[in-house]
Amino acid sequence: MTTDPPVASTPPPGSAMQQGLQVCDTCELLSRPAQGAATGVCPRCDRPVEFRKVQSLQRTWAFVLAAAICYVPANVLPVLTTITFEGAESDTIMGGVVLLWSPTGWPLSLIVLIASIMIPCGKIVALTHLLLTVHRGSIKNSEERVRLYRLVEVIGRWSMVDVFVDTFTVALVQLQPLMSVEPGPGLFFFAAVVVLTMLAVQSFDPRLIWDPSNVKEVRHA
Amino acid sequence: MYNRPLADGSLVACLDCDLVQRLPELRSIGAAECLRCGRTLRVRRSDSLDRTLALTAAAASLYFLANSVPMLGLSAAGNQASTTVFGGAVQLWHDHQKMVSALVFFTAIVAPALQISLTGAVVLGAMRNPAPRWVGGLLAHLPGTKTWTMVEVMMLGTLVALMKIADYATVIPGVALFSLGGLIVVLAAMHVVFDPMEVWERVSWPGPEHPGTGTSGDRDGPPGAGDVYT
Repeated sequence: MTTDPPVASTPPPGSAMQQGLQVCDTCELLSRPAQGAATGVCPRCDRPVEFRKVQSLQRTWAFVLAAAICYVPANVLPVLTTITFEGAESDTIMGGVVLLWSPTGWPLSLIVLIASIMIPCGKIVALTHLLLTVHRGSIKNSEERVRLYRLVEVIGRWSMVDVFVDTFTVALVQLQPLMSVEPGPGLFFFAAVVVLTMLAVQSFDPRLIWDPSNVKEVRHA
Repeated sequence: MYNRPLADGSLVACLDCDLVQRLPELRSIGAAECLRCGRTLRVRRSDSLDRTLALTAAAASLYFLANSVPMLGLSAAGNQASTTVFGGAVQLWHDHQKMVSALVFFTAIVAPALQISLTGAVVLGAMRNPAPRWVGGLLAHLPGTKTWTMVEVMMLGTLVALMKIADYATVIPGVALFSLGGLIVVLAAMHVVFDPMEVWERVSWPGPEHPGTGTSGDRDGPPGAGDVYT
Protein backbone atom coordinates (compact mmCIF):
# COMPACT_ATOMS: atom_id res chain seq x y z
CA MET A 1 0.00 0.00 0.00
CA THR A 2 2.96 2.34 0.47
CA THR A 3 5.69 3.61 -1.76
CA ASP A 4 9.12 4.86 -0.76
CA PRO A 5 9.14 8.53 0.19
CA PRO A 6 10.70 10.69 -2.50
CA VAL A 7 14.28 11.62 -1.75
CA ALA A 8 14.86 14.27 -4.36
CA SER A 9 14.80 17.93 -3.33
CA THR A 10 12.25 18.74 -6.02
CA PRO A 11 8.58 18.55 -5.10
CA PRO A 12 7.20 15.02 -5.07
CA PRO A 13 6.12 14.23 -8.61
CA GLY A 14 2.64 13.31 -7.57
CA SER A 15 1.85 16.34 -5.41
CA ALA A 16 -1.22 18.31 -6.46
CA MET A 17 0.58 21.60 -5.79
CA GLN A 18 3.40 20.63 -8.15
CA GLN A 19 0.86 19.96 -10.87
CA GLY A 20 -0.82 23.28 -10.19
CA LEU A 21 -3.91 21.65 -8.72
CA GLN A 22 -5.77 22.51 -5.54
CA VAL A 23 -7.81 20.13 -3.44
CA CYS A 24 -10.76 21.56 -1.53
CA ASP A 25 -10.53 20.69 2.16
CA THR A 26 -14.31 20.86 2.48
CA CYS A 27 -15.60 18.70 -0.38
CA GLU A 28 -12.26 17.20 -1.53
CA LEU A 29 -12.79 18.21 -5.16
CA LEU A 30 -9.59 18.57 -7.17
CA SER A 31 -9.57 21.66 -9.37
CA ARG A 32 -7.24 23.95 -11.29
CA PRO A 33 -6.92 27.61 -10.28
CA ALA A 34 -6.85 30.37 -12.86
CA GLN A 35 -3.46 30.99 -14.49
CA GLY A 36 -1.04 32.41 -11.93
CA ALA A 37 -3.61 32.63 -9.14
CA ALA A 38 -2.58 31.38 -5.69
CA THR A 39 -6.11 31.05 -4.37
CA GLY A 40 -9.45 30.31 -5.91
CA VAL A 41 -12.97 29.24 -5.12
CA CYS A 42 -14.04 25.62 -5.22
CA PRO A 43 -16.57 25.25 -8.06
CA ARG A 44 -18.53 22.58 -6.20
CA CYS A 45 -18.89 24.00 -2.69
CA ASP A 46 -18.14 27.71 -3.17
CA ARG A 47 -15.49 27.76 -0.46
CA PRO A 48 -12.03 29.29 -0.85
CA VAL A 49 -9.29 26.84 -1.83
CA GLU A 50 -5.54 27.22 -1.66
CA PHE A 51 -2.51 24.99 -2.17
CA ARG A 52 -1.70 24.91 1.55
CA LYS A 53 -3.58 26.21 4.59
CA VAL A 54 -2.95 29.96 4.79
CA GLN A 55 -0.05 30.86 7.10
CA SER A 56 -0.23 27.42 8.60
CA LEU A 57 3.14 27.52 10.37
CA GLN A 58 2.75 31.01 11.84
CA ARG A 59 -0.74 30.28 13.13
CA THR A 60 0.22 26.89 14.55
CA TRP A 61 3.26 28.39 16.30
CA ALA A 62 1.08 31.10 17.81
CA PHE A 63 -1.44 28.62 19.20
CA VAL A 64 1.25 26.23 20.47
CA LEU A 65 3.16 29.01 22.24
CA ALA A 66 -0.03 30.41 23.78
CA ALA A 67 -0.95 26.89 24.96
CA ALA A 68 2.52 26.35 26.44
CA ILE A 69 2.24 29.63 28.36
CA CYS A 70 -1.24 28.76 29.69
CA TYR A 71 0.00 25.30 30.67
CA VAL A 72 1.96 26.82 33.59
CA PRO A 73 -0.90 28.61 35.43
CA ALA A 74 -3.17 25.68 34.53
CA ASN A 75 -0.97 23.43 36.66
CA VAL A 76 0.08 25.88 39.36
CA LEU A 77 -3.25 27.56 40.16
CA PRO A 78 -6.02 25.65 41.94
CA VAL A 79 -8.86 24.27 39.82
CA LEU A 80 -11.21 23.44 42.69
CA THR A 81 -11.84 24.92 46.13
CA THR A 82 -13.73 22.83 48.66
CA ILE A 83 -15.47 24.80 51.40
CA THR A 84 -16.47 22.92 54.57
CA PHE A 85 -16.93 23.78 58.25
CA GLU A 86 -13.22 23.41 58.72
CA GLY A 87 -12.44 26.03 56.11
CA ALA A 88 -11.51 26.17 52.48
CA GLU A 89 -9.11 23.84 50.73
CA SER A 90 -7.78 24.37 47.20
CA ASP A 91 -6.56 21.70 44.82
CA THR A 92 -4.50 21.91 41.67
CA ILE A 93 -4.88 19.31 38.92
CA MET A 94 -1.92 17.34 40.27
CA GLY A 95 -3.42 17.66 43.76
CA GLY A 96 -6.59 16.06 42.45
CA VAL A 97 -4.59 13.18 41.01
CA VAL A 98 -2.85 12.62 44.33
CA LEU A 99 -6.13 12.86 46.27
CA LEU A 100 -7.75 10.26 44.05
CA TRP A 101 -4.82 7.89 44.41
CA SER A 102 -5.91 5.07 46.72
CA PRO A 103 -6.04 1.25 46.57
CA THR A 104 -9.51 1.46 44.97
CA GLY A 105 -9.40 4.85 43.29
CA TRP A 106 -6.15 4.56 41.33
CA PRO A 107 -7.77 3.90 37.93
CA LEU A 108 -9.60 7.25 38.18
CA SER A 109 -6.43 8.92 39.30
CA LEU A 110 -4.67 7.45 36.27
CA ILE A 111 -7.41 8.70 33.90
CA VAL A 112 -7.03 12.25 35.23
CA LEU A 113 -3.22 12.03 35.16
CA ILE A 114 -3.17 10.88 31.53
CA ALA A 115 -5.95 13.13 30.25
CA SER A 116 -5.06 16.31 32.12
CA ILE A 117 -1.31 16.28 32.44
CA MET A 118 0.24 13.89 29.95
CA ILE A 119 -2.01 14.50 26.90
CA PRO A 120 -1.76 18.34 26.90
CA CYS A 121 1.98 18.18 27.48
CA GLY A 122 2.37 15.48 24.80
CA LYS A 123 0.36 17.54 22.33
CA ILE A 124 2.54 20.61 22.81
CA VAL A 125 5.71 18.54 22.42
CA ALA A 126 4.38 16.65 19.37
CA LEU A 127 3.24 19.83 17.59
CA THR A 128 6.56 21.53 18.32
CA HIS A 129 8.36 18.52 16.85
CA LEU A 130 6.18 18.63 13.72
CA LEU A 131 6.73 22.38 13.32
CA LEU A 132 10.50 22.12 13.76
CA THR A 133 10.89 19.24 11.30
CA VAL A 134 8.81 21.13 8.72
CA HIS A 135 10.98 24.23 9.20
CA ARG A 136 14.10 22.14 8.70
CA GLY A 137 12.57 20.74 5.52
CA SER A 138 13.06 17.23 6.83
CA ILE A 139 11.98 14.48 4.46
CA LYS A 140 12.70 11.67 6.90
CA ASN A 141 9.99 9.65 8.68
CA SER A 142 7.21 11.50 6.89
CA GLU A 143 4.82 8.61 7.38
CA GLU A 144 5.53 8.44 11.12
CA ARG A 145 5.07 12.18 11.41
CA VAL A 146 1.74 12.21 9.64
CA ARG A 147 0.64 9.36 11.91
CA LEU A 148 1.73 11.38 14.93
CA TYR A 149 -0.33 14.29 13.63
CA ARG A 150 -3.42 12.09 13.27
CA LEU A 151 -2.88 10.67 16.77
CA VAL A 152 -2.70 14.17 18.24
CA GLU A 153 -5.85 15.08 16.32
CA VAL A 154 -7.78 12.09 17.70
CA ILE A 155 -6.71 12.02 21.35
CA GLY A 156 -6.54 15.79 21.88
CA ARG A 157 -10.20 16.17 22.78
CA TRP A 158 -9.85 13.81 25.75
CA SER A 159 -7.94 16.37 27.76
CA MET A 160 -11.29 18.13 28.21
CA VAL A 161 -12.15 15.38 30.74
CA ASP A 162 -10.94 17.38 33.70
CA VAL A 163 -13.04 20.40 32.71
CA PHE A 164 -16.14 18.21 32.82
CA VAL A 165 -15.07 16.52 36.09
CA ASP A 166 -14.72 19.93 37.72
CA THR A 167 -17.93 21.27 36.15
CA PHE A 168 -20.10 18.50 37.50
CA THR A 169 -18.35 18.32 40.85
CA VAL A 170 -19.06 22.03 41.28
CA ALA A 171 -22.65 21.68 40.03
CA LEU A 172 -23.46 18.78 42.31
CA VAL A 173 -21.67 19.52 45.55
CA GLN A 174 -23.71 22.56 46.60
CA LEU A 175 -24.78 21.51 50.09
CA GLN A 176 -24.42 24.87 51.84
CA PRO A 177 -23.55 25.29 54.63
CA LEU A 178 -22.38 21.70 54.99
CA MET A 179 -20.08 21.53 52.03
CA SER A 180 -19.67 23.23 48.69
CA VAL A 181 -17.17 23.27 45.86
CA GLU A 182 -16.14 26.27 43.77
CA PRO A 183 -14.09 26.41 40.58
CA GLY A 184 -10.62 27.93 40.88
CA PRO A 185 -8.72 30.27 38.53
CA GLY A 186 -6.64 27.37 37.16
CA LEU A 187 -9.70 25.97 35.42
CA PHE A 188 -9.78 28.84 32.91
CA PHE A 189 -6.14 28.33 31.95
CA PHE A 190 -6.59 24.60 31.73
CA ALA A 191 -9.59 24.96 29.39
CA ALA A 192 -7.54 27.47 27.39
CA VAL A 193 -4.74 24.89 26.93
CA VAL A 194 -7.26 22.38 25.59
CA VAL A 195 -8.87 24.83 23.16
CA LEU A 196 -5.57 26.37 22.00
CA THR A 197 -3.98 22.98 21.28
CA MET A 198 -7.09 21.92 19.34
CA LEU A 199 -6.89 25.13 17.29
CA ALA A 200 -3.16 24.51 16.73
CA VAL A 201 -3.93 21.04 15.36
CA GLN A 202 -6.52 22.52 13.01
CA SER A 203 -4.16 25.22 11.73
CA PHE A 204 -1.34 22.80 10.99
CA ASP A 205 -1.25 21.55 7.41
CA PRO A 206 0.05 17.94 7.31
CA ARG A 207 0.85 18.32 3.61
CA LEU A 208 3.81 20.51 4.66
CA ILE A 209 5.40 17.35 6.09
CA TRP A 210 5.80 16.02 2.56
CA ASP A 211 6.97 19.21 0.89
CA PRO A 212 10.72 19.56 0.47
CA SER A 213 12.19 22.74 1.96
CA ASN A 214 12.47 24.72 -1.28
CA VAL A 215 8.71 24.83 -1.85
CA LYS A 216 7.71 25.67 1.72
CA GLU A 217 7.22 29.35 1.08
CA VAL A 218 5.77 28.91 -2.39
CA ARG A 219 2.11 29.71 -2.45
CA HIS A 220 1.62 29.11 -6.14
CA ALA A 221 2.96 26.54 -8.55
CA MET B 1 -12.54 33.45 -8.98
CA TYR B 2 -13.76 29.92 -9.56
CA ASN B 3 -11.29 27.12 -10.18
CA ARG B 4 -11.77 24.90 -13.19
CA PRO B 5 -12.79 21.31 -12.32
CA LEU B 6 -10.87 18.47 -13.92
CA ALA B 7 -12.47 16.54 -16.73
CA ASP B 8 -11.43 13.28 -15.07
CA GLY B 9 -13.56 13.01 -11.93
CA SER B 10 -11.75 9.95 -10.57
CA LEU B 11 -8.57 11.92 -9.84
CA VAL B 12 -8.24 12.90 -6.19
CA ALA B 13 -5.53 14.40 -4.00
CA CYS B 14 -4.89 13.20 -0.44
CA LEU B 15 -5.64 15.90 2.15
CA ASP B 16 -2.80 14.68 4.38
CA CYS B 17 0.03 14.40 1.81
CA ASP B 18 -1.27 16.03 -1.41
CA LEU B 19 -0.51 12.96 -3.56
CA VAL B 20 -2.62 12.93 -6.70
CA GLN B 21 -3.99 9.50 -7.45
CA ARG B 22 -6.81 7.81 -9.25
CA LEU B 23 -9.64 6.55 -7.09
CA PRO B 24 -10.51 2.95 -7.85
CA GLU B 25 -14.18 2.32 -8.39
CA LEU B 26 -15.60 1.07 -5.15
CA ARG B 27 -18.27 -1.51 -5.71
CA SER B 28 -20.97 -1.47 -3.00
CA ILE B 29 -18.85 -1.53 0.16
CA GLY B 30 -15.14 -0.82 0.42
CA ALA B 31 -12.48 1.70 1.30
CA ALA B 32 -9.65 3.31 -0.66
CA GLU B 33 -6.48 4.36 1.12
CA CYS B 34 -3.87 6.87 0.08
CA LEU B 35 -0.92 5.12 -1.56
CA ARG B 36 1.65 7.20 0.26
CA CYS B 37 0.36 8.04 3.75
CA GLY B 38 -2.49 5.58 4.28
CA ARG B 39 -5.23 8.14 4.89
CA THR B 40 -8.66 6.80 4.03
CA LEU B 41 -9.64 8.59 0.83
CA ARG B 42 -13.06 7.12 0.28
CA VAL B 43 -15.35 4.77 2.12
CA ARG B 44 -18.35 3.40 0.31
CA ARG B 45 -21.21 2.41 2.59
CA SER B 46 -24.33 0.58 1.54
CA ASP B 47 -27.57 2.42 2.09
CA SER B 48 -25.74 5.28 3.80
CA LEU B 49 -28.45 7.95 3.59
CA ASP B 50 -31.36 5.89 4.93
CA ARG B 51 -29.35 4.46 7.79
CA THR B 52 -27.96 7.86 8.72
CA LEU B 53 -31.49 9.29 8.76
CA ALA B 54 -32.68 6.53 11.11
CA LEU B 55 -29.71 7.09 13.43
CA THR B 56 -30.29 10.85 13.34
CA ALA B 57 -33.85 10.34 14.56
CA ALA B 58 -32.57 8.09 17.37
CA ALA B 59 -29.85 10.61 18.28
CA ALA B 60 -32.34 13.48 18.35
CA SER B 61 -34.66 11.71 20.78
CA LEU B 62 -31.79 10.59 23.05
CA TYR B 63 -30.37 14.13 22.97
CA PHE B 64 -33.74 15.58 23.93
CA LEU B 65 -34.10 13.14 26.82
CA ALA B 66 -30.51 13.63 28.00
CA ASN B 67 -31.00 17.38 28.23
CA SER B 68 -34.40 17.46 29.88
CA VAL B 69 -33.95 15.19 32.91
CA PRO B 70 -31.40 15.22 35.77
CA MET B 71 -28.06 13.58 35.10
CA LEU B 72 -26.71 13.18 38.61
CA GLY B 73 -28.36 13.32 41.99
CA LEU B 74 -26.72 13.50 45.39
CA SER B 75 -27.86 12.96 48.92
CA ALA B 76 -25.78 13.57 52.02
CA ALA B 77 -26.88 14.11 55.61
CA GLY B 78 -30.49 14.67 54.62
CA ASN B 79 -29.62 17.12 51.86
CA GLN B 80 -30.63 16.54 48.28
CA ALA B 81 -29.13 18.02 45.14
CA SER B 82 -29.28 17.17 41.47
CA THR B 83 -27.95 18.59 38.25
CA THR B 84 -28.68 18.45 34.55
CA VAL B 85 -26.09 18.93 31.81
CA PHE B 86 -27.21 22.54 31.46
CA GLY B 87 -27.11 22.96 35.25
CA GLY B 88 -23.37 22.26 35.18
CA ALA B 89 -22.79 25.15 32.80
CA VAL B 90 -25.10 27.44 34.79
CA GLN B 91 -23.31 26.80 38.10
CA LEU B 92 -19.93 27.62 36.54
CA TRP B 93 -21.40 30.85 35.15
CA HIS B 94 -22.55 31.90 38.63
CA ASP B 95 -19.14 31.03 40.04
CA HIS B 96 -17.50 33.60 37.71
CA GLN B 97 -16.01 31.10 35.29
CA LYS B 98 -18.00 32.46 32.35
CA MET B 99 -15.56 31.43 29.62
CA VAL B 100 -15.31 27.85 30.85
CA SER B 101 -19.07 27.78 31.31
CA ALA B 102 -19.53 28.87 27.68
CA LEU B 103 -17.07 26.18 26.55
CA VAL B 104 -18.97 23.47 28.45
CA PHE B 105 -22.27 24.78 27.11
CA PHE B 106 -20.94 24.76 23.55
CA THR B 107 -19.20 21.35 23.57
CA ALA B 108 -21.85 19.50 25.57
CA ILE B 109 -25.09 21.09 24.37
CA VAL B 110 -24.76 23.34 21.29
CA ALA B 111 -22.31 21.34 19.16
CA PRO B 112 -24.16 17.98 19.49
CA ALA B 113 -27.46 19.71 18.67
CA LEU B 114 -25.89 21.32 15.58
CA GLN B 115 -24.30 18.04 14.53
CA ILE B 116 -27.57 16.12 14.80
CA SER B 117 -29.72 18.75 13.09
CA LEU B 118 -27.19 19.46 10.31
CA THR B 119 -26.83 15.73 9.58
CA GLY B 120 -30.60 15.34 9.49
CA ALA B 121 -31.10 18.31 7.16
CA VAL B 122 -28.25 17.25 4.86
CA VAL B 123 -29.53 13.68 4.58
CA LEU B 124 -33.11 14.79 3.94
CA GLY B 125 -31.90 17.26 1.29
CA ALA B 126 -29.66 14.66 -0.34
CA MET B 127 -32.53 12.23 -0.77
CA ARG B 128 -33.16 14.13 -4.01
CA ASN B 129 -30.63 13.62 -6.78
CA PRO B 130 -29.27 16.11 -7.72
CA ALA B 131 -29.45 17.59 -4.26
CA PRO B 132 -30.19 21.32 -3.88
CA ARG B 133 -27.22 23.63 -3.38
CA TRP B 134 -28.01 24.51 0.25
CA VAL B 135 -27.20 20.90 1.17
CA GLY B 136 -23.56 21.59 0.36
CA GLY B 137 -23.68 24.81 2.36
CA LEU B 138 -24.82 22.91 5.44
CA LEU B 139 -22.54 19.92 4.89
CA ALA B 140 -19.50 22.23 4.83
CA HIS B 141 -20.09 23.02 8.52
CA LEU B 142 -20.57 19.45 9.69
CA PRO B 143 -16.87 18.58 10.36
CA GLY B 144 -16.57 21.63 12.63
CA THR B 145 -19.50 20.58 14.78
CA LYS B 146 -18.08 17.06 14.98
CA THR B 147 -14.73 18.33 16.25
CA TRP B 148 -16.35 20.24 19.09
CA THR B 149 -18.97 17.68 20.08
CA MET B 150 -17.57 16.17 23.27
CA VAL B 151 -20.41 14.05 24.61
CA GLU B 152 -18.15 11.04 25.12
CA VAL B 153 -15.52 13.12 26.91
CA MET B 154 -18.23 14.61 29.12
CA MET B 155 -19.46 11.09 29.93
CA LEU B 156 -16.01 10.07 31.15
CA GLY B 157 -15.70 13.29 33.12
CA THR B 158 -19.09 12.73 34.71
CA LEU B 159 -18.18 9.19 35.74
CA VAL B 160 -14.94 10.37 37.32
CA ALA B 161 -16.83 13.14 39.18
CA LEU B 162 -19.44 10.61 40.27
CA MET B 163 -16.88 8.26 41.76
CA LYS B 164 -14.97 11.11 43.34
CA ILE B 165 -18.09 12.36 45.15
CA ALA B 166 -19.20 8.81 46.01
CA ASP B 167 -16.51 8.78 48.70
CA TYR B 168 -18.46 11.13 50.94
CA ALA B 169 -22.02 11.24 49.61
CA THR B 170 -24.52 8.96 47.95
CA VAL B 171 -24.63 9.64 44.22
CA ILE B 172 -27.67 8.68 42.19
CA PRO B 173 -27.07 8.30 38.44
CA GLY B 174 -29.98 9.91 36.61
CA VAL B 175 -31.86 8.93 33.46
CA ALA B 176 -29.87 11.49 31.46
CA LEU B 177 -26.65 9.62 32.19
CA PHE B 178 -28.03 6.50 30.51
CA SER B 179 -29.44 8.45 27.57
CA LEU B 180 -26.04 10.07 27.14
CA GLY B 181 -24.50 6.60 27.01
CA GLY B 182 -26.97 5.70 24.27
CA LEU B 183 -26.31 8.97 22.46
CA ILE B 184 -22.57 8.26 22.37
CA VAL B 185 -23.19 4.88 20.73
CA VAL B 186 -25.66 6.35 18.20
CA LEU B 187 -23.34 9.27 17.32
CA ALA B 188 -20.45 6.84 16.77
CA ALA B 189 -22.66 4.70 14.53
CA MET B 190 -23.72 7.83 12.63
CA HIS B 191 -20.08 8.71 12.06
CA VAL B 192 -19.41 5.24 10.65
CA VAL B 193 -22.50 5.01 8.45
CA PHE B 194 -22.61 8.55 7.02
CA ASP B 195 -20.70 9.06 3.78
CA PRO B 196 -20.29 12.80 3.10
CA MET B 197 -18.69 12.14 -0.27
CA GLU B 198 -21.85 10.48 -1.49
CA VAL B 199 -23.72 13.67 -0.63
CA TRP B 200 -21.08 15.88 -2.31
CA GLU B 201 -21.44 13.84 -5.47
CA ARG B 202 -25.17 14.50 -5.46
CA VAL B 203 -24.96 18.24 -4.80
CA SER B 204 -25.71 20.16 -7.98
CA TRP B 205 -23.06 22.61 -9.10
CA PRO B 206 -22.52 24.55 -12.29
CA GLY B 207 -19.48 22.62 -13.52
CA PRO B 208 -18.71 22.83 -17.27
CA GLU B 209 -19.24 19.16 -17.92
CA HIS B 210 -21.11 18.44 -14.69
CA PRO B 211 -18.88 15.58 -13.58
CA GLY B 212 -20.54 15.38 -10.21
CA THR B 213 -22.55 12.26 -10.80
CA GLY B 214 -20.04 9.85 -9.36
CA THR B 215 -19.22 7.82 -12.44
CA SER B 216 -15.52 7.17 -12.32
CA GLY B 217 -14.93 5.02 -15.35
CA ASP B 218 -14.72 1.27 -15.62
CA ARG B 219 -11.65 0.21 -13.76
CA ASP B 220 -10.99 -3.17 -12.30
CA GLY B 221 -9.08 -3.84 -9.15
CA PRO B 222 -9.67 -4.83 -5.56
CA PRO B 223 -11.22 -2.22 -3.29
CA GLY B 224 -8.57 -0.33 -1.40
CA ALA B 225 -6.02 -0.40 -4.19
CA GLY B 226 -5.29 2.79 -6.06
CA ASP B 227 -3.16 3.64 -9.05
CA VAL B 228 -0.60 6.39 -9.11
CA TYR B 229 -1.48 9.12 -11.52
CA THR B 230 1.43 9.98 -13.79
